Amino acid sequence: MTPASISFEGASVRYSGASRNAIENITLECEGGELVVLLGPSGCGKSTLLRTVNRLVPLDAGRVLLDGTDVTQLDAVELRRQIGYVIQAIGLFTHMTVAQNIAVVPRLLGWDGATSAARVDELLQLVGLDPTAYRDRSPNRLSGGEAQRIGVARAIAAKPRALLMDEPFGAVDSLVRTSLQRELIRIVRELRTTTLFVTHDVEEAFRLADRIVVMRLGRIEQTGTPEELLAKPATTYVRELVHAADEVYERYYLASRERLRGSPP
Amino acid sequence: MTYLLAHPARVAALAATHVELVVIALVVAALFAFPLGVLAARRPRVSPWLLGTLGAIYTVPSLALLAVVVQWVGLGFLPIFIALVVYAQFMLARGVAAGIGGVDAAQVDAARGLGMSSSQVLWGVEVRQALPVMLGGVRIATVASIAIATLGGYVGGVGLGVLIFNGLTLHQPAMIVAGSIAASLLAIAADGALRLVERAATI
Repeated sequence: MTPASISFEGASVRYSGASRNAIENITLECEGGELVVLLGPSGCGKSTLLRTVNRLVPLDAGRVLLDGTDVTQLDAVELRRQIGYVIQAIGLFTHMTVAQNIAVVPRLLGWDGATSAARVDELLQLVGLDPTAYRDRSPNRLSGGEAQRIGVARAIAAKPRALLMDEPFGAVDSLVRTSLQRELIRIVRELRTTTLFVTHDVEEAFRLADRIVVMRLGRIEQTGTPEELLAKPATTYVRELVHAADEVYERYYLASRERLRGSPP
Repeated sequence: MTYLLAHPARVAALAATHVELVVIALVVAALFAFPLGVLAARRPRVSPWLLGTLGAIYTVPSLALLAVVVQWVGLGFLPIFIALVVYAQFMLARGVAAGIGGVDAAQVDAARGLGMSSSQVLWGVEVRQALPVMLGGVRIATVASIAIATLGGYVGGVGLGVLIFNGLTLHQPAMIVAGSIAASLLAIAADGALRLVERAATI
């Protein structure tokens, strides 16, 4: 499928019993194929914003548009089958094999067994795992890094129009995280899937993002490329978060970004 | 044991009606207990009231409950059947609530996020994940029901209780022993068989 644009227009969410809106009047455009990182501390609303796209969280005001179509105009279940979803806790189905996990959405969409099976092998290779060794394995017998590779494979199995990732690499150690980040960059480039990626890790944001959206207390502080955030932080909060004007950090972040992404294609 | 050995066909026939009674009662009980258990798991505020009420019913002595039901529907298969259905609610619903409530939240979030419908999430993920715990409830309810079902001999002339109560009336201890032993063996067999099923369902 062609990558979809995602637009938020004045999106607000208030959870019942909360004293302020979880997200407040968010307006944001993500182009098709873009990797946008939502960056901020816990409680800033970044996960809530992410989950409004596949309607796991309903909006109280505003709209979310997927390729210009208001997501509330679509059937929620059909919508979710077109959008990949990866979460920190991974949530592999432990009563299924690795292959069955990856094939969940293809099967929901009614792909036949042979097509699904071929896709499973293709995806295992894409995420760097040997199909013969992993296909029939139980998720209980995977390391954290392996499990999240399967989580990513499951999310992109049916060639989604967009990919939502909620702190996907937050639970793995830094070495594994780096290799997962590198592969994500490669996969996203290959698939050209519009990706929203939530993290509180500044370095991770700098490594992965085409554009970073800095959030705080349910609002957007600033939207910009990594270079823009460093060069022109819009608020004190952003400046302190990214250590703008600190040459050491600036060089560190940009070098980290370049190392991970390799030379641009 | 003498009666058991002398009349194996009679004991077997009564054991068969005993099993039939328990199985039908549990199947019907599950039709109520399953949605109640799911409701309790979904609504933490309703759960203590719901399970508390079922638990209170469960503490009523079975003979007393049966006496009330007999007043209402008369003698026969029906009163013991109704009593068993009512009794099993607590054990079954508690198992369903504990099982569904204990399912890994990440798997449920992933299932919804990937585009499973509510019924696909329930049957394909939650029930499957909760199966060992739910089957534990079924096992306990089965064993208890096999014991309680002996009262069917008193109010309706069904099941192995017939031997026990006829033995009491006729002063035939051998009949009482035969009925009791057969019921115990049924309970032990059911417990063992359901343990195997539980183990097979464990992930």
